Amino acid sequence: MSQIFHDAPADRQFRAKWFTGRVAIYGALLLWAFICLFPIYWTATTSFKAAADVMKGSMIPYVDFAPKWLGWKSLGLSPETILQDSTVREEFLRRFWNSTIIAGSSSVLATVIGAMAAYGLTRFQFKFLWMKNDDISFFFLSQLILPPVVLALPFLVLYKELALLDSHVGLIAIYTLSVLPIVIWIMKDQFASIPTELEEAAMVDGLSIWGAFLTIILPIALPGMVAALILSLVLTWNEYFFAALLTSTYANTLPVMVASQTGSQGISWWSMAALSFAAILPLIVIGIGLERFIIKGMAAGAVK
Amino acid sequence: MSSGEYLHVVTVDDISSGRRLLGRAMIWGSLGLLALVAGLQSQQVWGGQDLGFTNWRPTLYAYLVFSICLCWAQVILRGEQGKRTLFVLPAALFVVSLTVFPLLFGMIIALSDWNLSSPNGRQFNGLDNIRQMWADPFYWNALTNMIWYCLAILPEYIVAFGLALMLNTQIRARKFFRVAFLLPLMLSPVAVSWMIGKSMLVIQPAGPIIRLLRTMGVESPALFSNGWTAKAVIMAMDAWTFIPFMMIMILAGLQAIPKELQEAARVDGATGWKSFWEVTFPLMLPVSITALLIRLIFKLKLADVIINVTSGGPGGATDSVTSFIFREYRDRSNVGYGTLLAMVYLVIIIVVMTVLMKFADKALRPRT
Repeated sequence: MSQIFHDAPADRQFRAKWFTGRVAIYGALLLWAFICLFPIYWTATTSFKAAADVMKGSMIPYVDFAPKWLGWKSLGLSPETILQDSTVREEFLRRFWNSTIIAGSSSVLATVIGAMAAYGLTRFQFKFLWMKNDDISFFFLSQLILPPVVLALPFLVLYKELALLDSHVGLIAIYTLSVLPIVIWIMKDQFASIPTELEEAAMVDGLSIWGAFLTIILPIALPGMVAALILSLVLTWNEYFFAALLTSTYANTLPVMVASQTGSQGISWWSMAALSFAAILPLIVIGIGLERFIIKGMAAGAVK
Repeated sequence: MSSGEYLHVVTVDDISSGRRLLGRAMIWGSLGLLALVAGLQSQQVWGGQDLGFTNWRPTLYAYLVFSICLCWAQVILRGEQGKRTLFVLPAALFVVSLTVFPLLFGMIIALSDWNLSSPNGRQFNGLDNIRQMWADPFYWNALTNMIWYCLAILPEYIVAFGLALMLNTQIRARKFFRVAFLLPLMLSPVAVSWMIGKSMLVIQPAGPIIRLLRTMGVESPALFSNGWTAKAVIMAMDAWTFIPFMMIMILAGLQAIPKELQEAARVDGATGWKSFWEVTFPLMLPVSITALLIRLIFKLKLADVIINVTSGGPGGATDSVTSFIFREYRDRSNVGYGTLLAMVYLVIIIVVMTVLMKFADKALRPRT
């Protein structure tokens, strides 16, 4: 039986064009997704390889090579070693804890004082010497331009005099400083989109300005605050430059530990991979779980 | 920003003269304490009297007390008005004490001959460091490299724009692609430089990219032995990390474009390429400029990858200013000279950014 109704030739051409367009788009998307994910896959699999597998460059577990717990054993985190005492594991956990406490407290601190400043700057008019609100905002944001290297050496000398080298407090202070402009930027955007009538109503009902800020405005701005907090966490968790300069044995963070893994007999890639993977895993989890906050945070200020 | 958006509250504050006195006393008292402690400490350092201080911590504590008193006194002195100041003052004090003081201090360091490993301590040497910088080919080389690194932002921008355009079309599994594209940004640059920079690119017979290159017919794919390929690889790794950042900003911009505009363009007969160039791209200009400027700011801080993968080699071909100064300190403990280089870098950045922002303003004004 032959078909009675045909698509017009123009339509058929259109369908073909549409189809190739789709294929091209998905092809490009998949290619880029592969580029993004392959290094993570490579890190994860390398941590299960033995020396010979690393040298051969085997790719697929169970097919190319038999996975072993070698890398994780060297960290004291494999099933056999997890119950035994292990100095390497203690070292790793100490660095992990350092990273957590430094990144965590500096992000929280930056979010708190940054949100306060952003709120003040969007709601009240200030005048300090010649500086009006816009100038004060610019002063905060201009800190973003300051390259870390300019502050690094003066801080090194200052911290030495203050006995703050290799301490948590020292790193927390400087990390807070480095993410504060970003927090203020995101939060200003948030607060500007909340109408002032809300506070006016709250204050008519008898709340003080701080009461209105804490009980009315902050809950509304919470998504933005979470976004700012997560972005700060990402930046501070990964920070290497200051950590490498200002810490030596006590307050080292994970990136410093990763970078100092070169032993005398070359690099043992399996343990390097295990360590790297352990260092990036928390952020991968955050990235997958809280992706929409991160995107929200970075999109703030992009669109006015 | 017009003043109409601000919150206007009129409050009656009845501040007694006793309260006013208390506030003033707090500020001046704590300032006096700070001056006293700092004076005693400098007496020990420069006057030679041993007063039992082992470090400058006491001055730091006195400064903290002063900061707290200053904030508190705002409320005591000025009532409601002071409570408003309290929103901004902590952040402002924090930033001022952590940038302005170190910067001023840095200027003194920059003009002195100070090697932390030498026993002589700091010696003022005027403009010697500048003369040394002028004759230092490696610093100029690092600055030239920075220009190349910054130019690499343009291809990154094109890729990011392309990805954002694709994510903005009707596709399946959009969430998966968004998360996958975002992940590189979350990874620690140090881990990236070891696991990509070294493991995938350097280990000779085994690195996946090495093998890929070999199957494509490259004879001896040693990527970090030639200056230009090494530079390109560093650029690519940095791009890999930061493309998601620009992509997300551009995507947010694309989603903010009203659908009607593109539909109207389609009705008027603009298709595909033309609708992109004449409708989407001009509309995206403000977002693009913001994204590019922020990317530039991050690019100027580029160091982690270089420090970990090449430490500037081969022959300084991949050095960025930051990694160069880092090594100047790490290898030679040369604080004075390193700080001067950093200060010069800061001046260059400020000039360039100011000019760029002027241009950006001008480019945006007639359109908006």
